[in-house]
Amino acid sequence: MAFGAFSSATPVAAEPAVRRRSPIALFLLLPGALYLSLFFLVPFVSLILTSFQAPREFGDIGQYDYAFKWENYVAVIQTYLPHILRSFGYAAIATVLALLFSYPLAYFIGVKLRRYPLWQALALTLVIAPFFISFLLRTLAWKQILSDEGPVVSALQALTVLPEGAHITGTPVAVIFGLTYNFIPFMTLPIYTSLERLDLRYVEAGGDLYASPATTFLRVTVPLSLPGIISGTLLTFIPASGDYINASRDFLGSTDTAMIGNVIEANFLQLQNYPAAAALSIVLMAVILVFVSVYVKRSGTEELL
Amino acid sequence: MSVQGGTAIAETAKATPPPGPRRPFRLGVGRWGLGVYAVMAFAFLLIPIVYTIVFSFNDVRRTNIVWRGFTLDNWLNVCDQQEVCQAFGNSILVAVVATVLATTLGTAMAIALVRYRFRFRSATTLLLFLPMATPEVVLGAGLAAQFLAAGIAKGILTIILAHTMFCISFVVVTVRARVASLDPALEEAGRDLYASPAQVFWRITFPLLLPGIIAAALLSFALSFDDFIITTFNSGAAVTFPKYVYTAAARGIPAQANVIASAVFLIAIIGVVIAQVAAGIRRKQLARNG
Repeated sequence: MAFGAFSSATPVAAEPAVRRRSPIALFLLLPGALYLSLFFLVPFVSLILTSFQAPREFGDIGQYDYAFKWENYVAVIQTYLPHILRSFGYAAIATVLALLFSYPLAYFIGVKLRRYPLWQALALTLVIAPFFISFLLRTLAWKQILSDEGPVVSALQALTVLPEGAHITGTPVAVIFGLTYNFIPFMTLPIYTSLERLDLRYVEAGGDLYASPATTFLRVTVPLSLPGIISGTLLTFIPASGDYINASRDFLGSTDTAMIGNVIEANFLQLQNYPAAAALSIVLMAVILVFVSVYVKRSGTEELL
Repeated sequence: MSVQGGTAIAETAKATPPPGPRRPFRLGVGRWGLGVYAVMAFAFLLIPIVYTIVFSFNDVRRTNIVWRGFTLDNWLNVCDQQEVCQAFGNSILVAVVATVLATTLGTAMAIALVRYRFRFRSATTLLLFLPMATPEVVLGAGLAAQFLAAGIAKGILTIILAHTMFCISFVVVTVRARVASLDPALEEAGRDLYASPAQVFWRITFPLLLPGIIAAALLSFALSFDDFIITTFNSGAAVTFPKYVYTAAARGIPAQANVIASAVFLIAIIGVVIAQVAAGIRRKQLARNG
């Protein structure tokens, strides 16, 4: 399954014993490496330089000169601290929700359906089915379903769970819901890959040693599926923290739910305040890199790709 | 190999009768609960998809929010909304070119990573990992800043350059797994039979890698076709399908957009299901013959 590739736990068979040194390696690697340097590394440096730029004297809007204006960072953090915190808060909640949703589902597909390969494959197709329909349209579909005239609000109001005149769309609840929904496959697939290869004899051994099913689950099953949980968490948290579609006013959010991505987009594409957008991007990236390295180090998954 | 071995062991484990009295008493919930949950979870995942498809048949003029009755008009006249069709065409163009570029570059890198020893190995791995660990908004803004600094006008070309960049890593990861599972003895046999290196590659290595390469290409295509965030930073005036949907979201999406998304979805899902059923039939045949 192609999407198994998202998981660091992809079954990579034992590497061939001998890796040769050869000029062919250079020939194979160089084009791709150069491409990534040119369109990933250089832009990153470009972004760092841009983040220190100062407005051109007597210049138009959108004209900046290279400088070392580190105050840009102070300014964006002061102005946009709520957005930054909100982004990581929403992304963290969405990641936990996606994990709670995905684990039982992945367990069902990976363990319970193990003896039925065809059903297992079809179940996996259902998990990735949302990928095949436009991200934006499926988010808009939720917007309609959760809208004030939609079935969910009317049902909740009939049950008096939701007070008259209350909304779901435009609230943090809707944004977190959208983030969770949209990134569920990224969580389910890596966990599935781990659980699919779970040796059930370990679970049986837990039972034989008089452990309760709950203890066996917590002390055997969960630790053995940890690599999947780790990749799933990273693959959900990273895109969720930078996403700005769910939080956008035209989708599930409102101006009160704007995340760091919305602010970067607005500063870059609308206000042409490139240094602010660049500084915010660097802040986002720095937090994510710290998160990734701590997470990966503590969980001991050295092999990243 | 190892996976099959594991399954075989699992089968035997299942075949042994459970030691009855020592097993704690289980409620029916444990037995059926998970299945019921899974069915509900699948239904939940499908809700917005079904919604999008249903509303592609809605009888509407401008906005597609309230159900007004069934019609095939939207499907029969997709290109009445010229912008939708044009955006769709752009998206296909971008996805095809980016997929070809990324698959070529990524496959070569994957082969090199598994097969050869070279310096800067960890640097290369990092260079491949980082784009996957970078939020799209940062990738998009970075490239846009670079195009701005270099004075390159944004358009279809810059979208293709951007998409190729983020697809490469996913291609490498997908193809790498396939290269690693390849038995080097097969290529050795080819060399022993006096095949030239080119013949060994095109007649042995490439056909064996093909399933992995196809999977990587499909993944690239899907990622590129549905990308919005990186595109919007690097597209200038050019409009792709997701970008069209985003701008139209404020004033209402024409039903034709639902038609295109539904058609893409149905084609993809039918293709995947046919492939899986075919693989299932082959598996059964192999099991019977073996």
